[in-house]
Amino acid sequence: MQVRVTVRLKPGVLDPQGKAVETALHTLGMTGIDQVRQGKVFEFKVDATSADQAKQQAEKAAQALLANQVIEDFQAEVLSS
Amino acid sequence: MKAGVIVFPGSNCDRDVAVVLEAVSGQAPAMVWHGDNKLPDLDLIVLPGGFSYGDYLRCGAMSAKSPIMHEVVKRANEGVAVLGICNGFQVLTESGLLPGALMRNRDLDFICRDVFLRVEDCASRFTLNYEDEQTIRIPIAHHDGNYFADAETLSRIEGEGQVMFRYCDADGQATPEANPNGSLNNIAGIVNENGNVLGMMPHPERMTEAALGGCDGRPLFESLLETLS
Repeated sequence: MQVRVTVRLKPGVLDPQGKAVETALHTLGMTGIDQVRQGKVFEFKVDATSADQAKQQAEKAAQALLANQVIEDFQAEVLSS
Repeated sequence: MKAGVIVFPGSNCDRDVAVVLEAVSGQAPAMVWHGDNKLPDLDLIVLPGGFSYGDYLRCGAMSAKSPIMHEVVKRANEGVAVLGICNGFQVLTESGLLPGALMRNRDLDFICRDVFLRVEDCASRFTLNYEDEQTIRIPIAHHDGNYFADAETLSRIEGEGQVMFRYCDADGQATPEANPNGSLNNIAGIVNENGNVLGMMPHPERMTEAALGGCDGRPLFESLLETLS
C-alpha cells in the first residue's frame, strides 16, 4: 500500500528556513502570504493487508527515523492499496 | 587512556582528533568503522565532526542508527566517557544520549570562525584542567548548531548544571550578540545527567597547538587523560 508521512516542526519551534522563504515570497510581490512553515513529505509502499496495518507501519517508521519528536510532529496517511 | 574514534561515512575531523589524542596520551586511538558492531575495550569514545551521511534527513540522524551506535549507547549507559564534537553532538542528540536537538542556525549561514566560550563547570572529567568560568577561544564550523530543547528540558538541564560551555564575548558575558547561531541560553555544549557524555558544537581539537592558532582546546583532552588513565 502507498502511504505518506508528513513531518512538520512543532508549533512554537522557530523555523528560520520558513521565515526566509516567506521573505522571498514577499520580495516576489506576494505580500498576502504569512506564517510560512517548512516541512518534509515521505511517500513509500508498505506490505500490509489492511489500511490500518499500513498506517501503523508508516507511524512506526516515522517514530523510528523520519521525525525527530523533540522538534517535529508527524502525520501518517494511507494513499491507496 | 584507551580511546576510540568512530568513523562514519562523511566524518572529516576523525583524523584531527586522533592526532590530538595521540599527542596528549602517547597512544594512538582505535579507529572504529560505523558499520562494525563490536567496540574494543575503551575508556573514551569520540564521535568526530564532519558531515556524516551528507547530513541526509537531519544532521546525525542516519549515523545515530548505524550498527556501532548500539554499542556506543550501551557503553555510554555503562558509564564510559563519550565526547561528541560538532556532528558528533548532533549524533548524540539524535541517538537520545543527550537531550534537545541541533537546528539550522538562526541566520541560515554556515559559520566558520573562532568564538569565545565560558567554561561553566570546571569540576567535570572533561574540564578539570580549566578554571571556573574561564573564557576560552575555540573555532566553530557548522550550519546546524542552534541548540533547542523544550522549556521543561531546558529548565532541567540548567537546574542540574548540565550546561558545560556557553557562547560568550571576550569578557565572558553570555550576551545575545555573542550567540553565533541562536542557541537557547547561548548553549554550546552539554553533558548528560551522569556527566559521562559531553556534546559540543565547537571544535576543541582544532585549537591544540600554537601552529593552529591557540591551545585553548588542549586542556579538555588533558583533563580526560588525567581522569581516565
